[in-house]
Amino acid sequence: MLEGTTRPSDEVVALVPPNLVGCTVEKVAVNAVMAGCRPEYLPVVLAAVEAICTDEFNMHGVLATTMSVGPILVVNGPIAANIGMNSGINVLGHGNRANSTIGRAVQLVVRNIGGGAPGGIDRATLGHVGKQGFCFAEDEAGSPWNSLAEERGFDRSQSTVTAFCGEGPNLVMDQLSRSPESLTRSLAASLRSAVSPRVVLGMDGMLVISPEHMARYRDAGWDRSRFLAELTECLMFDTDRIVAGADGIEEGLPPELAGHHLPKFRPGGLLVVHAGGLAGLFSAIIGGWKNGPGGSDPVTREITP
Amino acid sequence: MTTTVLDPTAEQRLAMRERTDRPESLSGLTVGLLDISKPRGDVFLDRVEERLCALGATVARYAKPTFTKPAPVDLRYEIATQCDAVIEALAD
Repeated sequence: MLEGTTRPSDEVVALVPPNLVGCTVEKVAVNAVMAGCRPEYLPVVLAAVEAICTDEFNMHGVLATTMSVGPILVVNGPIAANIGMNSGINVLGHGNRANSTIGRAVQLVVRNIGGGAPGGIDRATLGHVGKQGFCFAEDEAGSPWNSLAEERGFDRSQSTVTAFCGEGPNLVMDQLSRSPESLTRSLAASLRSAVSPRVVLGMDGMLVISPEHMARYRDAGWDRSRFLAELTECLMFDTDRIVAGADGIEEGLPPELAGHHLPKFRPGGLLVVHAGGLAGLFSAIIGGWKNGPGGSDPVTREITP
Repeated sequence: MTTTVLDPTAEQRLAMRERTDRPESLSGLTVGLLDISKPRGDVFLDRVEERLCALGATVARYAKPTFTKPAPVDLRYEIATQCDAVIEALAD
């Protein structure tokens, strides 16, 4: 396994929460073997461990929360194809060794090295199956847009992994929209309920757009920034309708926030990724967790040999 | 043939420490109340403070910057050096 990286085996990769234990390349490699990784996956696992062990990602809080969230890992750049990652059919599911084992290795590091075991520091009420390990690649070659990594300041020639704190994916079905305007409104309608239809600004999200949905934007000449601008317009909330007590629902914003017009997501708070099989008019929403310095921010790390 | 088994864990041993003895009485002691900054935690702690003061304790209030992260080391040191006991509250 250690032949998969040029890094010395005794190099400390990160202090792994919650116990803040210094974790060496060798310890990551041992857990990667247990997860079923091939040696060439190790650089991705190492970069992912670095990403989740930052103060910005806040792995301690991600574990300790009772919400159903865990690290979602998105791989960009040449390494995805080089190690055989899946960005196509069943991209968020099973059946690909790299996708299945990289996320698993990261979770084993958190549990075995950091001490973040369920029932201990991990207090999730429900959890989700992605907490076994959740890693996939973006379909960059088939996308008319810049990639998630490029959007986050990296070059297309760089290989990166982005860690996002999220719950399990939810399918969005739209089989009839033929215009980008209609599809955007349709996606927005589902995104309004991400985590809760009464949550605005406080939590980020991820939208995985499939190739057939992306075709609507490709055909119309919409780029990522046009899409995000139009989507944001469709995701504005009149807070009168989502304050506590509105429509007989006690959950909601504090009543003093009534009378405002607020967006669902903070600027940059919706990560958009292109992935999935070529057939099927579906996309997926992955709800996030508390964002910002008091929660978890997405973190992207370059994958180095 | 020798087989080497590699340990996937941090190979740490737990440090066992005796708990501080439970005080016989709170009268005259300083009790720290650590608000983890969850909504309405202060409502709970306000009531606890009332009850503790009635028992003769002096109450010192503290708050974590955010409930999603452990209390900063400086804050933990402050509490440890200023208080005889501490109550940490979680509320929603």
